[in-house]
Amino acid sequence: MSNTITIDGNTVPFEDGQTIMEAATAAGVYIPHLCHHPEFTPHGSCKLCTVNVNGRNCSACTFPAMEGQNVLNNTRELTDDRRKITQMLFVEGNHLCPGCEKTGNCQLQAVAYHLNMLDNHFPHFYPSRELDASHAEVMIDHNRCIFCTLCVRASQQKDGKDVFAISGRGLNKHLIINSQSGLLKDTDLEATDEAAHICPTGAILIKRTGYQVPIGERIYDHKQIDQVSLETEHPRHGE
Amino acid sequence: MKQFIQDLAEKNHYQATHLLQILRAIQSRYYYVPEDAIEQLAGLLQIPRTQIISVVEFYSFFHLTPRGQYELLISDSITDHMLGKIDLTGYLAKQLNVAVGAVRDDGLVSLDNTSCTGMCDQGPAGLINGYPLTLLDRTRIDLITELINQQKPLAEWPVELFHVDDNIYKPDLLLQQQIDDGSALRTAFKRGMQETLAEIDKSGLRGRGGAGYNTAWKWHLCYEGPEEDAFCEVATHNQQQRYVVCNADEGEPGTFKDRVLLNSYAHQVFEGMTLCAAIIGAQQGFLYLRGEYLHLYDKLQSVLDQRRQAGLLGNNILNEGLNFDIEICLGAGAYICGEESALIESLEGKMGIPRNRPPYPVTQGYLGKPTVVNNVETFMAAASIAVNGGGWFAGVGTEKSKGTKILSICGDCARPGIYEYPFGTSIQSVLNDCGASDVLGIQIGGPSGTFISNQEFDRKLAFEDLATGGSFIVFNNSRNILDIVNNFTHFFAHESCGFCTPCRVGTALLKKQLDKIIEGYGSAGDVVALEELCQLIKKHSHCGLGQTAANPVLTTLERYPELYQSKLKKISYEPGFDLDGALETARRMANRNDAGAHLTQVEEES
Ligand SMILES: Cc1cc2nc3c(=O)[nH]c(=O)nc-3n(C[C@H](O)[C@H](O)[C@H](O)COP(=O)(O)O)c2cc1C
Ligand code: SF4
Ligand code: SF4
Ligand code: FES
Repeated sequence: MSNTITIDGNTVPFEDGQTIMEAATAAGVYIPHLCHHPEFTPHGSCKLCTVNVNGRNCSACTFPAMEGQNVLNNTRELTDDRRKITQMLFVEGNHLCPGCEKTGNCQLQAVAYHLNMLDNHFPHFYPSRELDASHAEVMIDHNRCIFCTLCVRASQQKDGKDVFAISGRGLNKHLIINSQSGLLKDTDLEATDEAAHICPTGAILIKRTGYQVPIGERIYDHKQIDQVSLETEHPRHGE
Repeated sequence: MKQFIQDLAEKNHYQATHLLQILRAIQSRYYYVPEDAIEQLAGLLQIPRTQIISVVEFYSFFHLTPRGQYELLISDSITDHMLGKIDLTGYLAKQLNVAVGAVRDDGLVSLDNTSCTGMCDQGPAGLINGYPLTLLDRTRIDLITELINQQKPLAEWPVELFHVDDNIYKPDLLLQQQIDDGSALRTAFKRGMQETLAEIDKSGLRGRGGAGYNTAWKWHLCYEGPEEDAFCEVATHNQQQRYVVCNADEGEPGTFKDRVLLNSYAHQVFEGMTLCAAIIGAQQGFLYLRGEYLHLYDKLQSVLDQRRQAGLLGNNILNEGLNFDIEICLGAGAYICGEESALIESLEGKMGIPRNRPPYPVTQGYLGKPTVVNNVETFMAAASIAVNGGGWFAGVGTEKSKGTKILSICGDCARPGIYEYPFGTSIQSVLNDCGASDVLGIQIGGPSGTFISNQEFDRKLAFEDLATGGSFIVFNNSRNILDIVNNFTHFFAHESCGFCTPCRVGTALLKKQLDKIIEGYGSAGDVVALEELCQLIKKHSHCGLGQTAANPVLTTLERYPELYQSKLKKISYEPGFDLDGALETARRMANRNDAGAHLTQVEEES
C-alpha cells in the first residue's frame, strides 16, 4: 500500500522519511522556498514554504509527510502571507535590484515576481552593512544576505570546509567568515566551491563573470521560478 | 591569559558542550572575550572559531569589546519602570559619569539595560557583575557610586545591597508541606517505578512552565524512546542514554517563583529530577539556571553536595542501584533559552535557536538522546505527588487543571511576592489577597500571555481559562496601557533569536509600527496595518516566542480599540517619521535655521 497525502485536494504519494516539500517536488507541485535546497539538510528559517497541514501552519521543507495530511499550499491566504514574508526580507536588507549583478538570476527577486509583489509594503530598515571584496575570485555583499545559510551548509556538507556561519541575535543577525581576520581572502574558499555558487540572492558573486549573460536573457527573465524550480530540483533531474 | 584559558579548558575536560560556562569565566575575568582567547579556545575545544563568535554575539552577557570592571545592568521589566527606573538610571548615569550603553573612559564602569532580572517583587533591580541589586533608590545608588569609585571588591560591599527576599505570602499544597529529603525516592522505590508513574498520571499534573503538557505522558514517551528502541532487547533499550533537564531559565518578565523555589525548596526540586531519572532511566541531569540567578549557584551546589553525601545523588542511590547526578549550567542572558529545544542547544554550547520539530526532545533531545525537560515547579510537584499520592493532588483544582499553581505577583499591589492557589481560583480573590485596588487590568502569563481588563476579574486561573507560567502583573488606573504594550513589544524584538523571518523582521517592524502610532505619526490605515502584522507574526513564526510576541498588541487592541484609534492623526497618510526633524542635518550643513528652512506639516490640526 502506498502512502499518500493531499495537496490542495490532489493526491500526492510520498515515501517514508520524505518531507512535504520533497513529496510535493517529486509530484511536480511547487511550494515557494528560499532556504531549502534539495541537496542539503533543511533549515526551516525563511518560512516562505509555510503550508497549512490539517489546520496548522508548518514549514513544508522540514515537516515530515505523514498519512492523512491534507495540505493547503496554493491558497489566496498563504500567497498573501508569503508575499509579506518576502517583503520583510526585502526591507530588512538593501536590495537594489536594478544595480545588482544577480538581477534576473536572483531567487529572491523571482519569488517576489511569482507572488506578485509590487512594492515593499513595510518601511525599510536601511541597515549599514559591509562589502567584502578581499578574495581574489569571490566577493560578498552583505547588504543582500537573507541568512538562508545555504552557503554555510554547502561549505560544510559539500565542500568539506567551514567557511561561513551565521552569528548574532534578532535583527543583528549577520553572516561571518571563518578566518582570523574575518575576511574572505584568508579562508580556503575557492571559486569552484559549491558554497560560492549556491547563494539565492546576489550576496555571493564570482568576480569577473558579471554581465556575461545580458539582462533580459537571464533565468527568470523568461521563466517563472516555479517552472525553473521543478525542472532543476525534481529528484530525477539530470537523469 | 594563555595559561588561564588552558587551565579553564582542562577544567572543562575540553568539552565544547561547556562553551557557555567557559565563556562566562573569560568574560568575568577580562570583562570581554578577547580575540586571542577565541583563537586559543577554538584549538583546544576543536570547534570552529565561528561557533565561539556566534555564541558570544548571541548571548547578552558576552561581549567582543570590553565592558567596565564593574558592569552595571538595570532591569527593564515593566515593573521596574513603574518603580521609577528611568529616573533612577538617569541619576545613576550622572553620578557615575557614564552614559547608558557605554563604558566610562577609565574602563572602570559600564552601564546598560537588561531584560527582566526576576526581581519584580523587590525592584527597581539590577545586576552588578552578574549579582543582583535590589530595591534600588538614590541612597543605594550614592553608596554604589562611592564603592565603585573606591574600587572596592564586590566581596567587601555591604551585604544588604544584594539581599533577596523570598516574599512568600500564601503557601498552599506544595509550599506548606515540604517533603523530607529522600522521602519521594524511598516511597517510589517501595511502591515501584511504574506504579509511581501511574500516581503522577492519576494526579493529572501538567507542566508548570506555561504550555501545560501532561507530565506523566512526557515521562512515558521519553522512557519509550525512539520507536526503533521499542523493538530491541530490553537490555539494549536500557543502555540508551537519557537525560533529565530542569528548566530554570525563568525569563518571562514578571516571573520569579522558580527563584524562590530554588532558594528555599531546592532539595525537593532535585528530588523530583532524581525521581524522573529513576522512572525514565537517566543517569545525567542538568539544571539550566538563568544567568541572572548567579547568586543561587553556590547555594545550589552545596545542596547537591549534601544530597550526594546523603546517598540521594551519585552512584547507587539509596542502595537501589540507581546512578544519577546533576550538573548546574548557567545561561548568559537570552529569554529564548527557556524554549526547551533552544535550551538544549544552549546546553550543548551553541546559540539558543529552537530546533525544527518533530523530532521532539523526548525522543531526540540533548546530544540527540531522549530528554525530559520540565519546569522547576513541575519537578517539585512530582516529588510531592510521589510521597502523597496522585489523589492528594487531583483532589484540588478544576477538571482540566489539577492541583495548585504558584504565582509571582508584582506591580501595583501592597504585597508583591509568591502566592499559591488551587486552580479555579478567581482573579478577584487573588487581587484581594495581594492588596490591589483601583485596578486597571492585569497581565497574566507575562508579555506572552494575556492582558485582561477590570471587567474580567471573575475569570479563573486554569489552563482552560487563564493559563500562566506564574507571571501576574497588576496595573492600577494611573498606568498607560500603550506604555505597557510598548515595553513588552520592545522586549520581544530584543529577545527574538532571529532564526525565522516572520519573528526576526516582524518583531522589529512591530516595534516600529507601534512607536509610529504612539508617537503620534500614525494615520488612518495604521491600526489595521498593525493588526495585520501581528497576525502574520503569530501565524508564521517558528516557535512560541514569535507566536506570542504580538499578544500584547492583540489582547489590548481587542479590549481597547479606541485607545489605538485616538492616537491616529485624521489625515489619510502620514510619513512614519518627523519630516521636519529629518531636515535637521541639512539645516546644520546649510547653516540655516530660518522659517524657510523648516517644514510646517501642512495638515497639523488643533
Ligand atoms: C520563548 C519561550 C520561553 C520559555 N521559557 C520558559 C521558562 O523560562 N521556563 C520554563 O519552564 N518553560 C519555558 N518555556 C516552555 C518550555 O519550552 C517547555 O514547554 C517547558 O519547559 C516544559 O516544562 P513543563 O512541561 O514542566 O512546563 C518557554 C517557551 C518559550 C516558547
Ligand atoms: S550569503 Fe547568500 S547563501 Fe549565504 S546566507 Fe546569505 S543569502 Fe544565504
Ligand atoms: S519565532 Fe523568533 S525566537 Fe522563535 S525561532 Fe523564530 S526568530 Fe527565533
Ligand atoms: S524553504 Fe522552508 S523555511 Fe525556507
